[in-house]
Amino acid sequence: MTWRLRVDPIACDGRGLCAELLPECISLDDWGYPIIESPEVSGRLMTHARRAVAMCPTLALLLEDTP
Amino acid sequence: MSSGDEVPRLLRGLTSDGRPLSLTEHLALHGPVPAARARRDPDRNLVAEIERSGLRGRGGAAFPVALKLAAVGARRGRRVVVVNGCEGEPVSSKDRVLLNQSPHLVLDGATVAARAVGAAQIVVATKLDSAAVVEHAVAERVRARLDEPTPRVVVVPDRYVAGQESALVNFLNSGRSAPTLVPPRPFERGVGGQPTLIQNAETVANLALIAGNGAEWFRRLGPAADPGTVLVTLTGAVERAGLYEVARGTSISVLLQRAGGPSAPVQAFLVGGYAGSWLTAAAGREACLDEASMAARGAVVAVGAVTVLPDTACGVAETARILRYLAEESAGQCGPCVHGLASIAGSADELARGIAERDVVTRLERWAGQIAGRGACHHPDGAVRMLASALRCFSDDVAAHRSGRPCPAAPPAGSRHRRGVLR
Ligand SMILES: Cc1cc2nc3c(=O)[nH]c(=O)nc-3n(C[C@H](O)[C@H](O)[C@H](O)COP(=O)(O)O)c2cc1C
Ligand code: SF4
Ligand code: SF4
Repeated sequence: MTWRLRVDPIACDGRGLCAELLPECISLDDWGYPIIESPEVSGRLMTHARRAVAMCPTLALLLEDTP
Repeated sequence: MSSGDEVPRLLRGLTSDGRPLSLTEHLALHGPVPAARARRDPDRNLVAEIERSGLRGRGGAAFPVALKLAAVGARRGRRVVVVNGCEGEPVSSKDRVLLNQSPHLVLDGATVAARAVGAAQIVVATKLDSAAVVEHAVAERVRARLDEPTPRVVVVPDRYVAGQESALVNFLNSGRSAPTLVPPRPFERGVGGQPTLIQNAETVANLALIAGNGAEWFRRLGPAADPGTVLVTLTGAVERAGLYEVARGTSISVLLQRAGGPSAPVQAFLVGGYAGSWLTAAAGREACLDEASMAARGAVVAVGAVTVLPDTACGVAETARILRYLAEESAGQCGPCVHGLASIAGSADELARGIAERDVVTRLERWAGQIAGRGACHHPDGAVRMLASALRCFSDDVAAHRSGRPCPAAPPAGSRHRRGVLR
């Protein structure tokens, strides 16, 4: 199963913590809001992705399973 | 029943003084809608007829209506039909004219939609200036024992984003007119948490005509892939600005002829409203009002608005003014929309005034790329599309402005940037 990263842009406050924790998948735009560069996560990156999701202060980073 | 080969269809019988057609007048023009009562279960035959008609949505995205009807009908619950009469586009007046002058056609269509999906509730969402007419029309129908369920009229805020579908659902549920994160989409969880069909007022009026005259009749006008008519709000440098109904696929030059021609040499056209696209005069004249023809030119019919820019105006300044408007109409929720549109509007304004830095176009393009698809709704995407089309359409002017030579039509700090020629 692959998991997909998504940002809830309404909840996100753009402090950019997720890009620090998961630079493999997330970069920041010119205003500091996350751009998901590669949404599909699997294997080794899962632990990091889970941690970034758990650390997001506004619960805006979502990891969803794709059917 | 009309022969169907001619326009107007939707605007048929409208009075020149702008008053609404009464129920009696409406019935004399269009006849009664067959089987106006919704049942608990979706009407599959009706959905099949609408599918054969090929009707697409007229609220912007041109999505096939039958697919939405089927998606809502397939869901369990007390299904809801919402007629979207919010019409946030400043250069569009079609929905307001339909609701204010032919309210019964829209209400007929609402009952057709309700029957198609088996709805327990109908909501008509309008701006304040249509509400009284629609309420009155509903009362006429209640007296004549026409509809079941009886439509509820709700006044929505007069803001650009209020008509975005999740914002509309949010407003009906909580009184807050702001988009929400999707999914869940309205067909999954909409008004009152129930499966909800949202269709534009013009779309719904077409449903009434299809139910009354059949899919075959409907398809007699317009291209096979995009049949029917289009309501065009024609504004700007044209002899007779106003609302027109033409067959889809009609070229803009034929439309212009019907309106008495341009009132000044044409520089460009803005097609599809503020979230639409600029086309040069030459490209625009040839372009036809159907989605395939527009797509081939990087444009969209969307809400069908066509604005004629005279050669005395400055396209760069108009673009900057529209971007400022769209930035201010952001619902203020998503970073890329709030900050992105503000940045773009600021740079476009500097460009228009000839005081932008030399890399301004690269910067605008970079930001456009960063913003697209990153809001909770498509509001920023529309703004970015319009910007991209302006950079193509007005490329020479953009180059001149960038080297500190704004065209004569764009006075350095002039009032023109605030008050456009288009509106
Ligand atoms: C920013 C924004 C504003 C919108 N405003 C309107 C509107 O005022 N009226 C409308 O019918 N659709 C509007 N829409 C489109 C709706 O979200 C929805 O797609 C439409 O009402 C569906 O009806 P249709 O399929 O019949 O076109 C808007 C969309 C966006 C992104
Ligand atoms: S950590 Fe959460 S709130 Fe912060 S930028 Fe990332 S998604 Fe947004
Ligand atoms: S994208 Fe813009 S308009 Fe849409 S919800 Fe986000 S802030 Fe509001």
